[in-house]
Amino acid sequence: MIPVILGVVVIVFTISYFTPGDPAAAILGPNAEKASYEALRAKLGLDRPFLVQLGTYIWNIVSRFDLGKAYITGTPISEELIYRLPTTIKLGVLSIFVTVALGTPLGILSATKQYSIADYSVTTIALIVNAIPSFVLALFALMLFSVKLRWLPIAGVATWDAWILPIACNSLGYVALSARMTRTSMLEVIRQDYIRTARAKGLKQNVVIRRHALPNALIPIVTVVGTQLSFVLAGAIIVETIFSIPGMGMYILSGISGRDYPVINGTVLVLSVCVCVMNLLVDIAYAFIDPRIKALYMSPRKAKAHKSPKTAEVA
Amino acid sequence: MQPITLKKKKEYIESLETSSRRHSQWRDILGRLWRNKLGMVGFFIVAVILLLIILADLVAPIPYDKQNFAERFLYPNSVHLLGTDNFGRDMWSRLLFGGRISLFVAIISVCISLFVGAILGSTAGYFGGKLDTIITRILDIVMAIPGLLLAIAISAMLGSGPVNTALAISISGMPGAARLIRSTVMAIKGNEFVEAARATGSRHGRVIFKHVLPNAIAPLIVYSTMSIGGSILAISGLSFIGLGVQPPIPEWGSILMAGRPFVRDFWPMIVFPGIFIGLTLLGFNLFGDALRDALDPKLKN
Repeated sequence: MIPVILGVVVIVFTISYFTPGDPAAAILGPNAEKASYEALRAKLGLDRPFLVQLGTYIWNIVSRFDLGKAYITGTPISEELIYRLPTTIKLGVLSIFVTVALGTPLGILSATKQYSIADYSVTTIALIVNAIPSFVLALFALMLFSVKLRWLPIAGVATWDAWILPIACNSLGYVALSARMTRTSMLEVIRQDYIRTARAKGLKQNVVIRRHALPNALIPIVTVVGTQLSFVLAGAIIVETIFSIPGMGMYILSGISGRDYPVINGTVLVLSVCVCVMNLLVDIAYAFIDPRIKALYMSPRKAKAHKSPKTAEVA
Repeated sequence: MQPITLKKKKEYIESLETSSRRHSQWRDILGRLWRNKLGMVGFFIVAVILLLIILADLVAPIPYDKQNFAERFLYPNSVHLLGTDNFGRDMWSRLLFGGRISLFVAIISVCISLFVGAILGSTAGYFGGKLDTIITRILDIVMAIPGLLLAIAISAMLGSGPVNTALAISISGMPGAARLIRSTVMAIKGNEFVEAARATGSRHGRVIFKHVLPNAIAPLIVYSTMSIGGSILAISGLSFIGLGVQPPIPEWGSILMAGRPFVRDFWPMIVFPGIFIGLTLLGFNLFGDALRDALDPKLKN
């Protein structure tokens, strides 16, 4: 976890190091004198070797979360990001919630009723929706719901209903994907012998699915949903730019249009760290879902302690 | 004379068998592909779009950059099949020529990431050990950055333009390719024919390129088909937020971005590029799924 984040910092710094356009030149403007340019370069530490600059960059982040200043506005990037982060996280987390809450039941439905009308409509719609990028979907939805029908606001986050379209557009593609994944995973499990046994015991379909099939189908589902989380969070920045939501997406967009590289790199860095944290949470979730994985990571001594009562019993 | 003819006969039968088997394997694959109706729909969509894009000069006679301010914001009509944009340029031409850029960049980026991924992945998978650990660690770190964000950072660094965009996208797609190739190579490495090749004195490079990688071709074909769709998505996404390919070069994402200010009043500038992107992705997805099922029935889940 920590080495990965450190690696991410190194990569982002390396990218920004090789980015054309000297920060000193960007701050001073085109008409700067050579002497003041050199002085600023020395002050910013740009004349020092790569490794020293990298060390300073990491130290500044670790010690006081300093990502540098934006060229254009001159404001500290970390302050701006802390102010904007909650909005993006909210959009991302709500989208993930919708993805899971809608995709999994749809997948279960179409798996348990394989080859029914419900199954066909879910799989067909999922195939089509999966192929539409979120920004296309967002623009179409804007035209239909905000411009034509005037049901929902066109931009901003002032009211609760303004969140509907961004969340829907950001999550719909992943709803489709997780529905498909759940379906295939469930179909695999339903064919197993223990499901037949459960049915033979006379359990109701409902119980068979909930108690016997779903827990065993969850691992591949969590894997896929887990890998999607990063896409959902990254996709949030594109959806934000369409709906003018004042999150990190709008910030990175202003950085792109102003060629303000520290802003771009800082945002990428913070979002990547968020994704790393989320991946860690997914990994932890595995252990809760599947005891086998938990056993794998248990320390040998603990595992022994776990086993010993049984052996004592046998003895 | 008897034994020789018998031997010859045997050889003849064997050669027949092997040739027919090789023939029927590909025939099997094609047959499975042909029977997959969704896959054929995907193939059809991809083929039609590819044909239109390749023959753009013939099917779209109006130059894509010809501005005509008397004919701004025209709705679809007989002259301008999909209407005109805010500069009076023909949308049909712009979308077809833009498709050339999108597909060109997508194919280039997939080729680059496959090439680099093949080198890294096969080295890691074939040699294993410390080299494998180092390469997978680095790939893990690169993969920790969401692909879109990495592509944004790199293409901000490199600047806009088709080639730079292809580079940015290929770098962000490369770890995935390398991982796939690594795991495939590891699976193939255990086979006897690799051992046999080593035993006959082939060097490692020859074993990798002549014996291991050709057997990994099926997953690679599937991967590249699928990732062309993903790359088109990435390119249009980058162009849409102002990186990637910039106007006046037509590209599906940048055409969509150009239409965004007119979301209230003029729908063709948004709907048509959106449909082109969506249809192409759908085609590649369907065809890729079908290819996977056809090439490796065991993988089908």
